[in-house]
Amino acid sequence: MKPQTLGWTLLMVVGGAFLIGRAVLTGAGTVYVQDVEIEVEIEDEAEEEAQVVTLQRVEQVPPNARSEPGVRLSYVHTFGLWVAAACTLGIFSFLWGDNPLYKVTEAIFVGSSAAYAMVVAFWSELVQNLCGNLLPDLMRETLIPGLKVEEPNLWYLVPLVMAIMLLWRLMPSGGWISRWPLAFFIGATAGFRMMGYLEADFTQQISNTIMPLIVTGADGSFQFWASLKNMTIVGSVLVCLTYFFFSVEHTGPVGWAARLGIWVLMITFGASFGYTVMGRIALLAGRLEFLFDDWLWLIDPLGRRLDM
Amino acid sequence: MKRTVPLIIAGTVGFVLIVSYFIPYTESWGEDAMTWFNILAAIAFVLGAGNLVKMHLKKISDQQAGWGYSAITLAAFFFTLIVGMLKIGVTPSEKYPTNAWAGPYDQAGSAFRWVYDYLFLPLSATMFAMLAFYIASAAFRAFRAKNVEAIALLTTAFIVLLGRTYAGVWLTDWIPEESIGLEADALRLDNVTGTIMNTFNLAGMRAITIGIALGVASTSLKVLLGVDRSYLGSTDD
Amino acid sequence: MYTFLRDLDRRWIFLLMGIVATVPILAGWRFPEDPSPMVRDVFHAIEDLPDGSRIFMAYDYDPASQGELHPMALAFTRHCALKGHKLYFFTLWPQGGPLIQQNIRLIERNFPDYEYGEDYVNLGYRSGQEGPIKVIVTDLRKSVAVDVNGTSLSEIPMTRDIRNIQQMDLIVNVSAGYPGTKEWVLYASTPYNIETVAGCTGVSAPYLYPYYPEQLAGILGAIKAAAEYEYTLIEEYPQLKDDPTAQEALRRMGPQLVAHVTLIVLIIVGNTIYFVGRSRGDVT
Repeated sequence: MKPQTLGWTLLMVVGGAFLIGRAVLTGAGTVYVQDVEIEVEIEDEAEEEAQVVTLQRVEQVPPNARSEPGVRLSYVHTFGLWVAAACTLGIFSFLWGDNPLYKVTEAIFVGSSAAYAMVVAFWSELVQNLCGNLLPDLMRETLIPGLKVEEPNLWYLVPLVMAIMLLWRLMPSGGWISRWPLAFFIGATAGFRMMGYLEADFTQQISNTIMPLIVTGADGSFQFWASLKNMTIVGSVLVCLTYFFFSVEHTGPVGWAARLGIWVLMITFGASFGYTVMGRIALLAGRLEFLFDDWLWLIDPLGRRLDM
Repeated sequence: MKRTVPLIIAGTVGFVLIVSYFIPYTESWGEDAMTWFNILAAIAFVLGAGNLVKMHLKKISDQQAGWGYSAITLAAFFFTLIVGMLKIGVTPSEKYPTNAWAGPYDQAGSAFRWVYDYLFLPLSATMFAMLAFYIASAAFRAFRAKNVEAIALLTTAFIVLLGRTYAGVWLTDWIPEESIGLEADALRLDNVTGTIMNTFNLAGMRAITIGIALGVASTSLKVLLGVDRSYLGSTDD
Repeated sequence: MYTFLRDLDRRWIFLLMGIVATVPILAGWRFPEDPSPMVRDVFHAIEDLPDGSRIFMAYDYDPASQGELHPMALAFTRHCALKGHKLYFFTLWPQGGPLIQQNIRLIERNFPDYEYGEDYVNLGYRSGQEGPIKVIVTDLRKSVAVDVNGTSLSEIPMTRDIRNIQQMDLIVNVSAGYPGTKEWVLYASTPYNIETVAGCTGVSAPYLYPYYPEQLAGILGAIKAAAEYEYTLIEEYPQLKDDPTAQEALRRMGPQLVAHVTLIVLIIVGNTIYFVGRSRGDVT
């Protein structure tokens, strides 16, 4: 047996034994739920008395509530928790190198996320806004009982037709038909972005930069640090813009300003790098906490397993 | 027909949105255009999913390398799609208890939510958590103080990295609040980080923002006037 | 030593990173916080509003950024509920719905007097990236006719009189990128002068500073700012001191500190190898 294969086999055996030990000895990796019954009264005009309908809900409860009445072990959620842990480890396995486990988890990710987005878009936008405006009566009777739209709005035939044209792209021929809705999409994006960016990111940014270079306090005293800060901001914006301005050759005073601009931008990128690192570590900590807390029960920061 | 009409559509809708920005009377035109836009955006998800299915079905039928993973992708796709579209496990909302379809599609306890909680969430979160490892490896291998600019970048990164944790406070807590009449505590790492972010970063990012805004405005104008037609693709079909 | 470090397999770096993030989590290391003026600005934007103000909770994030943004979102929700504000949850991210539900779960568990429809409402997700902002800023019902339960907005007490989000006293946006804070600034806060505060990822925080304080009343950048926010919340509401669910970001600062220091050490060691190599003629 190759040393690497032996190492992996040993790791699997030891890891598996640890997991079984944790699960058997401490109950780690189990999820408990409580069945909740909600009674809702509905008034029926034909009946004199209000009818009561009972709705069944399942709520997750912390493991330390497992001995309370009505609380039971959920096999579906427990299985789900182990699937989630396997998916987490499967993705992490890529750190060692590309492998079948990673590819499987990646394939599941691609498939489930595409379908997820499609389902969400269908229920939240297509049903509510497209069907809700075109077929309000049908929607009220079936999918959106609370809909208040009374009459069909035939203007919504326009996006319906464009939607069909867009989906035509999936057909083997006639792909050009999808250009019409695509043009609508691009044109609209260009229209609202142009105004949005010009107002918030151009004129307003210039306005934000027009600040007093000599700052005085309420009593009229000179505020050194505030003045220095404002001068630095104004100066730094100007030298950075000089660096971005390529219509004039970067020589002489323009060159010096552009050089200063590069330094300011380097400081900016350094700060961005620092913040990016911070973000990435937080994401990793989140996943590790899931493994150690929810799955393995090695830590209990929220006190969900106190007195167990 | 194939190229002129799209140009007219793009120009018209774009200018309607610009006009609706300035003239209150036309505000509702802009709203309608955007409502249609949002519906088309939802259709784009369907189109994307359709393309994914088409591509993977082809891969499977051609028995290309790794077609087994394509089968897993499709299995995950259809499983998620079916449980989501049929609202499997969703109980009616309290407001409409007799209408089985009125419950939210992502209700806690439903099959679709199971997919979210135990498949999509761990996969998606771990994918991005992996970047912590790669950023560490890149820092070790690629982050070199080769010149003055790189040194400025590295120094700022060090200050921000320390200043945005308790390490910054711990290392520079000894600096007095005031010394020789000046606010000396401005030199503490956490305060220096604040100054970098509020002054230099603000200025640098503002210049970038202004540059991008001009770029977006000019590109948009080119699209609306029909100068930029790249979105129409090739002329073959 | 030089050759060993120069040829070091990157998987050792991965292992080191894994260890430095794991140990503080297992050991439960915590550190004190000193809230920055920016964090205090965000806190006061919510705190200084009269009780019962209308707050539009635009939670534009997904599981990929949950580790960074969820503690922040929960802190915002908790703060708003402590102040008795009226909360309107909404998301531009398809994967954001269940995360909003977790925020609502926090309200249900900790604020039993809060009633759905009277004090908070879930408007759910709308597609179109920044498209829905452009609509709801002038006509809410054109994009959101019903809430997530299928109830018409005109039947919900707290939305009955709302025509558009210009009637909100504050927009609280938690953003993982596009669409997010920038889009709310572009299409809501700047043109319609709606007061907005943002909580965002570390990657996008530096890009949002140009909007402060004119277009954004404050920015919470990444987990550190979330921790400071939680600290400020505990300072102001001492009843949260013994509630571990109100200290999620504070807890995360342990691995954060050790990992940051490790990264600095890695950069220094990497540069040392580079300069030693250069002096030996190994690298150009």
